Amino acid sequence: MSKVCSLKEAVASYVKDGDTLYAAGFTHLIPFAAGHEIIRQGRKNLTLARATPDLIYDQMVAAGCARKVIFSYMGNPGVGSLRIVRSELEAGRLEWEEYSHFGMITRLSAGASGLPFLPMKQTGAADLEKANPNIRRVTDPYSGEEVVVVPALNPDVAIVHVQRADRSGNAHIWGILGEQKEAAFAARHVILTAEELVDEEVIRSDPNRSMIPGFIVDAVCEVPFASHPSYTQGYYDRDNAFYLSWDQISESPEAVRAWLDEWVYGVQDRAEYWQKLGAETHERLRVTPNLSSPVNYGAY
Amino acid sequence: MEYNASELMIINAARLLRDGDVVFVGVGQPNLACNLARRTHAPNLLMIYEAGVIGARPARLPLSIGDPTLVSGASLVCSMYDVFTLYLQRGNVDVGFLGGAQIDRYGNINATVIGPYDHPKVRLPGSGGSQEIAAWANRCYIMTPHQKRRFPEKVDFVTSAGFLNGNGERQAAGLRGGGPQAVVTNLGILEPDDSGEMILTALHPGCTLEQAQENTGWPLKAASQLRLTEPPTTEELRILRDELDPDRIYLK
Repeated sequence: MSKVCSLKEAVASYVKDGDTLYAAGFTHLIPFAAGHEIIRQGRKNLTLARATPDLIYDQMVAAGCARKVIFSYMGNPGVGSLRIVRSELEAGRLEWEEYSHFGMITRLSAGASGLPFLPMKQTGAADLEKANPNIRRVTDPYSGEEVVVVPALNPDVAIVHVQRADRSGNAHIWGILGEQKEAAFAARHVILTAEELVDEEVIRSDPNRSMIPGFIVDAVCEVPFASHPSYTQGYYDRDNAFYLSWDQISESPEAVRAWLDEWVYGVQDRAEYWQKLGAETHERLRVTPNLSSPVNYGAY
Repeated sequence: MEYNASELMIINAARLLRDGDVVFVGVGQPNLACNLARRTHAPNLLMIYEAGVIGARPARLPLSIGDPTLVSGASLVCSMYDVFTLYLQRGNVDVGFLGGAQIDRYGNINATVIGPYDHPKVRLPGSGGSQEIAAWANRCYIMTPHQKRRFPEKVDFVTSAGFLNGNGERQAAGLRGGGPQAVVTNLGILEPDDSGEMILTALHPGCTLEQAQENTGWPLKAASQLRLTEPPTTEELRILRDELDPDRIYLK
């Protein structure tokens, strides 16, 4: 069954004011195109969950989409501070809930597995437990020792960007896998954006590379270059220069406003955004092909 | 040969790594230390990145913890849940690198907040992977400039456990890893004594105990046999400058 639609339609159908959203991807495959579409559609009061809020949530917070963030590392990766989320937290204008990376992905794994919670071994660093009442302890019924537990995270919507998917949403992902699969299985609705829509036969030619089955996916959107300034392994490089320049842009609310006006509100969709970036940027982010050795599944 | 503080710390951290170590690597200076060790005395060093990359062989300098160069040529890529469970929690990691705004007398690290948690004076990035690395890696190393504000008697917030309040508290907490085994600064190296207190065990060439004490927020003790580190060699500096970080991004 085809679930193909435009990203605009997918966001309109599945992202509601007040939702908890998980835009998946650890540095890799961050779904910026969907984040920008949510900003354009003016969603409000979202709870934004991600291990690393990254620039996508900095921009969504700046645009007034968020009520709360759930995170485990709030920095501009490789650069420094994530200025907007940080200053909103410091000013008390944005609620937050904090975990370690392991705590965060354990929450997603519990949600993805249909469990109410999952245990983790103790770390000796108890201050976060005191600060976040969601982090608790239970006694291991077998050894009698205490383990740390976190509750399942079941976002209303997960957005997952992938290299290629078929029209039903069966998706191939390679490169850093992060928490893509867990986010998709944990969420009530899944929006998939893909660099390429491919024939079902392409997916079926390499089933070990499929991370997400179509039947948990609600919408499939073909959106090339959807993760810029993040990257898609094998398709284009991370725009490290933009991550650096965001550090300067995000120093002033006026500059952020102007950036959003130009690059989010001022374009219709990702295709227009990518064109606007221009040939020089396209060339700078181009990747030389490096193919894996084929695998032989055998004809049975 | 001239060298700067970053080069000095990275080279001394690299020398702490042993051939065959499985290392949980961070981006920036720890990445340089590991790649330097692999090109010198530890060719069988296995590098793991928290994004889920095992056996990375980065061909260029990674500029983020999820740089695509970590994946190309790696031996395995897994989910983050797998890397934290199968590799770290299970006890398959020898060495972890940690960093933070504050490190205290017992090697506890704060990377979360200065001031009260609910009304932060300065909000820092938070744990990322470090809470679990500090607990479960066999040995942890820290690289940091030696400054009083970075070395308070007690951290404002324990993001990652060192030896807690010392005197066996870490062992009593049942953590499998051995805790912070060295803090490499621009003045020397601190290591834990039997009680878990971080004491000065080595000085870099030209640095003094007094300098280290002046820049530490607790009465810093010195080991009875205070070592002098070997100065960086021409070869170590050449690899760092010419091969690993030619644009001097982390060697500043």
